[in-house]
This record gives sequence, structure tokens and C-alpha cells, in this order.
Amino acid sequence: MSNVLKKLEILAGAAKYDVSCASSGSNRSNSGKGLGNASPWGICHSFTEDGRCVSLLKIMFTNYCMYDCAYCLNRRSNDVPRTAFTVKEIVDLTIEFYRRNYIEGLFLSSGVVKSPDHTMSLLIRVAKELRTNHRYNGYIHLKSIPGASTELIREAGLYADRLSVNIEIPSEPNLKMLAPEKDYRSILTPMNSIHQGILVSKEDTRKFRSAPKFVPAGQSTQLIVGATPDTDNQILTLASGLYNHQDLKRVYYSGYIPINTNDSRLPVLSTPPLVRENRLYQSDWLMRFYFFRVDEIVNDRHPNLDLDIDPKLSYAIRNPWMFPVDVNKAPYELILRVPGIGVRSAKLILTSRRYGRISSYQLQKMGVVMKRAKYFITCNELGSSTINEIKPENMKQLFMPKKEIKKKDKHPGQLSFVFPD
Amino acid sequence: MAIWIYDKTFEGFLTLVFDCYQKKIFPDRILGYGNVQFSLFQPEYEVLTDEVRAKRVWDGLHKKVSSTNCQMIYYVFLSEIEDIELLLLRYIRKAFGSEESVELNFGDCDVLELLKIDRKVVREAERIRMFVRFQKTKDGIYYASFDPKYNVLPLVTKHFENRFPDQRWIIYDTRRNYGFYYDLKNTSEFKFAESFIDASTGKIDQSIMGTDEQLFQDMWKSYFKSICIKERINPKLHMQMLPKRFWKYLIEKQT
Repeated sequence: MSNVLKKLEILAGAAKYDVSCASSGSNRSNSGKGLGNASPWGICHSFTEDGRCVSLLKIMFTNYCMYDCAYCLNRRSNDVPRTAFTVKEIVDLTIEFYRRNYIEGLFLSSGVVKSPDHTMSLLIRVAKELRTNHRYNGYIHLKSIPGASTELIREAGLYADRLSVNIEIPSEPNLKMLAPEKDYRSILTPMNSIHQGILVSKEDTRKFRSAPKFVPAGQSTQLIVGATPDTDNQILTLASGLYNHQDLKRVYYSGYIPINTNDSRLPVLSTPPLVRENRLYQSDWLMRFYFFRVDEIVNDRHPNLDLDIDPKLSYAIRNPWMFPVDVNKAPYELILRVPGIGVRSAKLILTSRRYGRISSYQLQKMGVVMKRAKYFITCNELGSSTINEIKPENMKQLFMPKKEIKKKDKHPGQLSFVFPD
Repeated sequence: MAIWIYDKTFEGFLTLVFDCYQKKIFPDRILGYGNVQFSLFQPEYEVLTDEVRAKRVWDGLHKKVSSTNCQMIYYVFLSEIEDIELLLLRYIRKAFGSEESVELNFGDCDVLELLKIDRKVVREAERIRMFVRFQKTKDGIYYASFDPKYNVLPLVTKHFENRFPDQRWIIYDTRRNYGFYYDLKNTSEFKFAESFIDASTGKIDQSIMGTDEQLFQDMWKSYFKSICIKERINPKLHMQMLPKRFWKYLIEKQT
């Protein structure tokens, strides 16, 4: 087993750049004899020192890989220690960790060895062993290997709660440049098969309640941000399309971390673009929970997200005609558009205002961030100036982090001389 | 100032509500038996917990508010926050005194406060589901220490029964000194007479530890280390997501 400890170090380290972490959306109950269950809301069990949730045992089957993708730690041309688990080792590790409540389940991906189909069937063997021999009902997330056959994808879907195929690079020409052995077809074909499988399974369960589940937690994908010059408009338009047409549950955005510093195809970055990544997640939220269309967040005139302020505030400043919103009258969708009001407080406002008019004091109590919201609403007695009096062009100033402004005043980085014409 | 005392059980509290309506007096302070000595004034009435009275109040509440809200009253009670009984009593009076249901009127301070405390309690219970770490003993029992801010252990036993029906387990509240033991059939409350547990780490004694237990703890620690991306280390965020008060029993945070 001490051998396994070493493998675990290598193959967990190799899997960590996949940022998918959710264990939600599935509902597997336990008949009373087996081990584990999956709850629809998902459970985190720990948090790494970089602040990300640890919900699943995220490991690779092997980090040997026949591909040579520029952005990947495990690419063929990298000189890193290589190893591979056996099926039994992964199964035992999953079960022992699960029984101790360390994890919510298994996330298994792999380098591509021999062929996509060979690799895919290794992953399936692990999942099948867990489900059938060990009557394990915990969460399983399998990575679909790009290029794997439809039959294997179908089989994997019967054992997994979630399947994912990573798109990684948001536009095809750039993907071709960084990952010559991959193309959009090898990614989108399995994605389509999974989508089809889910639709068929939904239809079946409508007819027979006992019909086997097919990836009940849906599918997800990951996009690397900042490795290529793709704009936020390109990234979010792609994501929006995936939500609308492929019915994806989640799109993850992973700020590019320069792992392979000697590759001239990649940009030189001193730190990963974490702020941009964060803005993309905020925009993703706006699309999924706040009824925003992608072209309201980014478009040809505004192709990149503002890094200084969040996308909802940025939208509000670009669309002052919409405000102020009357919290005592406006519909839910409009209240949701107010910066500083989230889903939770919007719902509280809606249920409460039937009992009487809501004051700014109550809004604050309900969790509305008045510091931001006050410029965009009217309510009972709130008398402060709104966006239209202050003028949209002056709004951003109000929200810029104060510290930085001070710093700049004290130590101007560069002197500027203005020469009159 | 009217000070009442009771036994700090939920049934006791419901009985107290009954007595309020019967005597038409609503106390200014409500204390548990243990807290009396800290008060300057002497309690003027002692509530005697009574199952029948408690049930009548409970049934009455179900007629006035939804069962979700009744559950909320119980959860908020478990918070054990100082003077929580007074808030609950005010809320119950509003519920009984109003023609229409009060439970969605979040413009009302008490209604909103109840919701907020309920969320805190639910969150704490969630944290048990998240951060409990079982250690396997020689005779195959999975043991975990926990130290929750609120008294939420009774809210999570069902979760672990459903999840681990084929293993015997114990979850022990070290702050309140009681726990639950699941023996493959039933879950029952108990108290340790003598302890094989290290109070500061929650670790079980070497003498009763299962053979592979140390190895799996080491593997978990090593896994936890390997998955951290050093370019992204963010101690502030880490602390926010994994508050320090949970560290003492978390294997991955022990050195």
C-alpha cells in the first residue's frame, strides 16, 4: 500500500488542474445494504489552501499520455514521473476514503494510452466495479476521453453520475495550434452522444420509473482562460451555446497557469488571470440564475469583461435607462438586475412586500448591499441620488477600491506631461 | 421583572408557551435551571415539562404556520443562543395572534431574525456532514469527534444512517459531551464513561486503532497536499471556506 501512497501523490498532482469539483445534481439513494448515496445539493468535504472545494477524490488513472497538448502538465514531451493505478487500487481507495467521510465520491480522468477507446474502457471498469461488486451509490464523475466511441460513452453513462469532455481552448484554430492531435469534432461528438443519452433516458424514466439512470447529474466542461487571445465574448458565447443547446450543467473556467514555460506557443504570464476567471464565473451566474442573455454581458462593442467591477454593476452602468428600479413594484427579473441584490434577497423582497411597503432599513436587514444598490433603486423613503443624477460616466469611480486610488496619489507610478497643442 | 425557569428541553419550552397563555403572563426573562445563579433576581415561576401541554402547543402551531416553519422553530431552539426563547415566544405570539400567516413577512424583524438563525443552524448541521472524519477502530467501528457551535447533532443522524447503513459508527459532540451510536439497526444517544479519545485532536488511542487506519490518514493528508495549486494559494479564502474552529479534528489540517 505504501506504493499506492506514492502513486496517489503523482496522480492527484496530475489531476489537480481540472477545476470541476461539484458533486451535486444527482440523487442516488441507498437500498439499505449498499454503501453511500448521492444527495442533490452535493457536499464539500474540505478546502485546499488555494480555497477550492474538495468534494471528490480527483485522480488520474494514469499520467502516461500519447498526446502533446501545449498547456498540459502530462503531455508526452514533459519529463515528469509517470505511473498508473490498477482498477483495484482506485476502487479500494475510493471506498476507504468514502467510509471515513473524506469524500463525496470519485472523479476519474486519465492520460490517453494506446487509444481513446482503450483508455475509456479502463475508466468504465473502475466505475462498474464500484457500482456492481461493491454496491457503491456515491458520486462518480468520469472524464470522457476525446475521440472515444459512442458505445463506450453510452456504457460509461450508465455507471457515472456525471460525464465531462473538456473543450479547454475556446476557439478551434487556437485548439489546433496548442493541441494538434485534438479537434472540435473529437470533443463535440462525445458531448452530443451524452446529450442524446440524457434526453433518451429522461424520456424512458417518464415511461418506466425504474429505467436505468444515465448521467443523472448531467455533463460539464472546462475552458482554459488566458492561454490564447480569445475574448470574453468568445468564451461566454460558447458557454451560453453549451447551456442552451447541449443542456450542459456547468461550464468551468480555469485561469491559465503557465506549467510549460518553455513552449513558445503560450503567453508568458507572471500570475494566473484569477480576476478574469472570477469575472467569468460571475457572468456565468448571471446567465444561469439572473436571466441575463450573453449579449447583455459581452458583445462586439464590449468584448471583454471589466476587471475593476463585477459584470452586473458594469451592465447597470452601461444601461442607466433601466434604473432606478422601484423595489416595491418591480417584477422579480428586474429586481434581480439591481447591483447589490442577489437571488436570496430578491425573493425575500417579493414575498414580504405583500405585507406592506419595504423600507431601506428592511432591505439592509434582508442582506441587500445598500452601498451598491442605493444608486439603482427607489423604495419608501430612500432619498439618495441615483445613477441618473450622478451620471453613468462617474459611477465607476464610486466603486473602485479606495486603497489603490490613495496609493496612486502618494506614489504616482509615472509622471505625465500634458503639452498643449 | 417576570423571570421563568425551565429545563432547557424543547418539550419544556413548548410547555412554557402553554403556561404563558394559561396564566396570561409573558415573562421578561427565561432561564434554564443552571443559569439561575447568575441572575440578580429570583425566578418567580418554574415550568414543569409536560408532554400533553407541549403537544397541544405543537399541534396548535401546525395549524397556524407551515410545517417548514414549525421545523424552523425547532431548529432555532437548537441554536442555544442566549435569550433565544424570548425571540421564539415573540414569534409564536405573532403567529397565534394573526389572522393570516405571518411566516413570509420578512419585513418584520422577528420573522427575518428567525429565518437568519435557522440558516445558521442549518449551515452548522451541514458542516457536520462536510467535516466529520471517521477513524476506524480495531473492532470495525467508525468513530468521529465533532464540536458544533449549535446543538445540531440530532439533525444529522438520518444522513449518516442513509449513507453508511453497513458500517457501525459513532459521532460524538465533545462540547456537549454526548453522541450517537449506530449499530447497523438503530441509532441511540449515549455518553462516554471513560474516553479513548485525545481531547485536543479527537484522535482515537493507538491501542484501539484499526490496522490500516494510520495509512489512510496519511494518504488523505498526502492527497490534500498534492491537489493544492501553489500558484493560486490564497490563505484568506482558505480560512473563509474552512474556518479555523474546525481544524482541530480535521486530519488534513493536523501536523
